[in-house]
Amino acid sequence: MKIDELEQLESEDLSTITSTERRKFLKMGLAITGLYLGGSVLSLTTVRSAHASSGVVPEPGQYPYNPHYSMVIREKLCIDCERCKAACVETNSVPEYGFRTTILERRRALTAGEHETTFMPVLCNHCNRPPCVRVCPTTATWKDKETGIVVMNPSRCIGCKTCMTACPYNARYFKEEIRAVDKCNFCYDTRLSKGKKDTACVEACPADVRIFGNLADTESRVFKLIHAPDTMVWVLRPETGALPNVYYINA
Amino acid sequence: MNSLLAAVLPQEGGLEVPVSGKYNVAIGLMGLLTVVGVAAGIHSLWAGHEHTFGVSREVPWGMLIAAYVFFVVTSTGLCIVSSIGHVFGFANFNPIAKRAVFLSIATIVSGFLVIAFEIENSWRMPVNNVIGANPTSNIWWMGTLYGAYLFFMMIEFIMLQLENHKIATAFGLMGLLTGVVAHSNLGAVFGLLNGREFWHGPYMPIYFITSAAMSGCVAIIFFTYLAYQFNGWKMSESMRESMASVAKFGALMMAVIIFFTSWKMITGVTGNPPGKYEAMQALLSGDYATNFWIGEVALGMIIPFIIILAVKGRSMNALFVASLAGMIGIFFMRYDLVIVGQLVPHYHGMGLVDYPDLLTYVPSLHENLVVLGGIGFCGLLFLMGEKLFRGHLSEDH
Repeated sequence: MKIDELEQLESEDLSTITSTERRKFLKMGLAITGLYLGGSVLSLTTVRSAHASSGVVPEPGQYPYNPHYSMVIREKLCIDCERCKAACVETNSVPEYGFRTTILERRRALTAGEHETTFMPVLCNHCNRPPCVRVCPTTATWKDKETGIVVMNPSRCIGCKTCMTACPYNARYFKEEIRAVDKCNFCYDTRLSKGKKDTACVEACPADVRIFGNLADTESRVFKLIHAPDTMVWVLRPETGALPNVYYINA
Repeated sequence: MNSLLAAVLPQEGGLEVPVSGKYNVAIGLMGLLTVVGVAAGIHSLWAGHEHTFGVSREVPWGMLIAAYVFFVVTSTGLCIVSSIGHVFGFANFNPIAKRAVFLSIATIVSGFLVIAFEIENSWRMPVNNVIGANPTSNIWWMGTLYGAYLFFMMIEFIMLQLENHKIATAFGLMGLLTGVVAHSNLGAVFGLLNGREFWHGPYMPIYFITSAAMSGCVAIIFFTYLAYQFNGWKMSESMRESMASVAKFGALMMAVIIFFTSWKMITGVTGNPPGKYEAMQALLSGDYATNFWIGEVALGMIIPFIIILAVKGRSMNALFVASLAGMIGIFFMRYDLVIVGQLVPHYHGMGLVDYPDLLTYVPSLHENLVVLGGIGFCGLLFLMGEKLFRGHLSEDH
């Protein structure tokens, strides 16, 4: 085709599109984009308005639940006898390959080649802003509205394991027997709902390391322990913003 | 139904796939891979992943997630590449568009096949995703939007076959928008996990989209060349032109990915950011260094980039080599992204005794077989598509 023949052809570029057509196209695009943008923004909101304060311990009176169950761990008293683990396994039928709670060992060098060993019990932190709850596609896991315990509905779980990936504390595992993710629920179904006041691990601990109770109750032992003067209180991995409810103290 | 099928399937014209022993062997091989993969997947569902997969409590996502990501990234990319011609009217991208739309369906379906065996109770998904819908979950958005995406792409493909270009364009645009949002949500599945430093941040969704565009270019070159070579067809001039344009666009995307990757690495090692640094070291000089330097950098970025620039997109044989290297390299990118992101243990940097510095994961036989099954299924759909739709030739319009 010659150049002058080409020039005779009707232009197919965008200039031939009428402005009404252009507007229609833009409107459609904006509508669709807006719809999805709305969805994406929704996915960024937190599960429940959680209370954060300057420290890791919320201000008294700012606990979202009542009873607001939590656990205080006096880790320097732990002797790694593992009775808590055994009691948990027995009470909650935890299989051999899994655990709901375990004990980690930390070592720090002292002078003259000596070491100080601390045992650090870990379990689900029943966070106020739980990453596992946010990511679950089928709401198979949620924060119990009354107690704040992070619970599971096994029959709702599709086994995508996103909650396991999201948990900063390695608190979840897939339990083959029920084909669902399993985790610590503060013995909600096995003890608390049956009128018992504490969890199996707390009852089994001979050294009074684990203290369980209602943080919203200013008379409870957990409340008093983490609000006591001259006490160092910390939580694990605070940088993840999960606002955990398991507190570690040095007293 | 029959009349619709008759209208969708071209009866004449286009390119005919010669019936040959070679074709039958290829179909048989892909079919066999699919059957073996599906069998391995069903056995895993039956026996439990605990016994058949290499995944663990600490590394819950294995090679199947990587393969799923690979397939859906490729699918989104093919959709992007097809839309350049069909939706945005760049005529140069038209010749590859029909095949790209078909393959975007084939790849996402293969991805779904793989993920169906990764999810332990996938049969619970259809009901529980609806009754338990969680709008804060990126994985919920990703799954739901990819479902819609598949629907839109299928309508687009049918409309293309029926020569109804107006509706095809509308559905193509919806498919593109849905695909992009679904895909960025897949990136957000990783990027919004505060506890996983290697993934956390805005990088993932951005990287995923760019990387999709690159994968789409590589994949369409790969499959178009294979189709023509395998069936002994001769490429028209406009097809060669189109392939060159796609290759150049792909090279541009590779340059962007090289730029992204460089800065991801630099920010990952500067000042030893906790959690990120250890993962980055695994890639740069640790157990994953071969994957990273040979797989990701050499095969996935540098080699295809240099080849495309060297031949200016003109030699089809060279483009095929570039796309083959690219396809392999991109698989390594997905694998490393998924696995290395989980390797830093949860309580890292606390001075724990008997606690690994870095976790390990090795894909099991079952996992390898399911991934091969997905690749086989994709190959099977590709071969069947060439025959049924006569080389996906685009009519001039």
